[in-house]
Amino acid sequence: MTLLFRRHGWPLGVAMLLIVAFWIIVQVVLPQILMIDFSFRPNLLPSEIGGPKDAYTLRNYETLWANDVHFAIFVKTIAASAVVTLLTLVVCYPIAFHLAYELKGPKAARLMLVLVIPFWINEILRTFAWYIVLAYAGPLNALLVGIGVLDEPMRFLDGNGGVMVGMVYAYLLFMVFPLYNAIESLDPAQVEAARDLGASWGRIHRRVIIPHAKPGIATGCIMVFMLAAGSYAVPALLGSPNSRWFTEIIYNWFFEGGNWNQGAAYAFILLLLCVGFIFAMMRLFRVSLGELTR
Amino acid sequence: MTAAVEIDHVTQRFGDFTAVHDASLTIEAGEFFSFLGPSGCGKTTLLRLVSGFMDPTEGRIAIGGKDMRGIGPNKRPTAMIFQNLALFPLMSVAENIAFGLEVRGLGKAERRRRADELLDLIALPGQGDKKVSELSGGQRQRVAIARALAVEPAVLLLDEPLSALDLKLRQHMRAELRAIQKRTGVTFIYITHDQGEALAMSDRVAVMRAGHIEQVASPTELYDRPATGFVAGFVGETNRIAGRLLQGAAGYGVLETAFGPLSARFDGSDGSGHALYVRPERLSLGDAGTGNRLKATLDSSAFEGAHLLVSARLGDGSPLVVQVPNAGQPFTVAPGQDFTVSFTADDAIILAGEG
Repeated sequence: MTLLFRRHGWPLGVAMLLIVAFWIIVQVVLPQILMIDFSFRPNLLPSEIGGPKDAYTLRNYETLWANDVHFAIFVKTIAASAVVTLLTLVVCYPIAFHLAYELKGPKAARLMLVLVIPFWINEILRTFAWYIVLAYAGPLNALLVGIGVLDEPMRFLDGNGGVMVGMVYAYLLFMVFPLYNAIESLDPAQVEAARDLGASWGRIHRRVIIPHAKPGIATGCIMVFMLAAGSYAVPALLGSPNSRWFTEIIYNWFFEGGNWNQGAAYAFILLLLCVGFIFAMMRLFRVSLGELTR
Repeated sequence: MTAAVEIDHVTQRFGDFTAVHDASLTIEAGEFFSFLGPSGCGKTTLLRLVSGFMDPTEGRIAIGGKDMRGIGPNKRPTAMIFQNLALFPLMSVAENIAFGLEVRGLGKAERRRRADELLDLIALPGQGDKKVSELSGGQRQRVAIARALAVEPAVLLLDEPLSALDLKLRQHMRAELRAIQKRTGVTFIYITHDQGEALAMSDRVAVMRAGHIEQVASPTELYDRPATGFVAGFVGETNRIAGRLLQGAAGYGVLETAFGPLSARFDGSDGSGHALYVRPERLSLGDAGTGNRLKATLDSSAFEGAHLLVSARLGDGSPLVVQVPNAGQPFTVAPGQDFTVSFTADDAIILAGEG
């Protein structure tokens, strides 16, 4: 704090503090408190609010466990998000390795730009593009049938496949950048030393590069997992009626059921379980919180 | 003796830049061989060519009689010690040492046994479970050596491994490296820009300059019989006096200089720009009566214990350094005062080419 004032002077220092305080209190903490408050109240008619029925209750949190359909979708959302995270990691690791270790410098910067440019387009539009690509009468089917891989077009958008492809694409950068940063900080001599001692590329990745990049892998995985679990646009557009995402149910509670209290409770259950899942994974892979911010 | 490494007309280009220019030499098995040269002379490139991180643009490199072209660093019978050591920070000391054995599919118990043996060799017994970060600079150095020796290489390549250490430790490690080399009998190829290191440790030294190998010789020969002016100047201190060759058969020659004719050893080589080179410790104070004489004006003198380092100027203003052994007699010349030094023809050498 004293450093802040010493470096910028007190008028600028105070301004910075106020802006950060406004952001944290008004834009982060207060809305969350409001939602927590909502989630513990019953859904009432406007006239009943403040009346005798308006008392704190756990009922909204109990609903999920009693509703088999919702619960199944909830479990599927967590599992599918984990699969999306894993797929994204598998897709991004070679890209990040190529960028950070093999190219480096200006070449890597150019390729990175190529990766970033598609993300200047709105997420909904990009997802629609995938909708077109994956459609029954779309170009991908036409290509696969044309070159003889498929005998007849496939319904890519029928199950969870379309949703997963769309999500892997949507969250690519959130995985590539942490991986890139982590791999880039590896001393190339480490790789050379391993190679010189006879290691194959597979072993070098397993024993030298991946252990070094672990904090970056963890950061990328957490971001992609949270984004996937909380995604709405991709499953809404690329999903079929039988591949619903938990966020769609939350949305329905809010905007179709008009039951904000129930929706808020669902949202918090999702949040808590995602956080729990992440901590469990961090424990499993022996990553500490300190490493993530390295 | 058999050849451990043959470097045969090797040229390495990077675009327009030629890092190594037509280098040829043979390194014997069991030899401690050094490449000495200023930074950018191509010595590291040559080491990387031997280790297999790249193949030469032209020429052939053979290890143990076998052509190495197309064989990657993981398949060559070499092991490298990197300038920054490149120990694996996330592995324990023992895991580091046994990494090459892990690669070769040795079992855990066997790896541990070999790691412990090597830890004994490098005088770090029982430290296998430590983290690399818990070791001192000198200890890490030794772990890097053990890690490379664990794979039982035919040739050990060392890329200025002592440059990160402080002076005292560096001197200690010189002796240690030499001892390890003698004990294991492995061929060492050592890269350095520090002539003291190269002279102290090596059986033979190749002096490199701008991609060319200037001379390959034993340390004593390098010091006493430099082949070129560059070698004379780079290896040890020397005084250079330019002149014109008056007469010179193989054996001795006479150089006409600004200070009169001076005679010195001469190998009969042609060329222009001859100069005479004489080491500071070969100059003696006073007029010996015979041999070469030079008159100089004293600039300053520095007492260094075992000897006195005298800086002076010759008649034309060029510097002259004289190293006077501390034999108990006081040095009485005052700055600005003239004095005479003398040396025999055997103390100096005439070489062609620029310094």
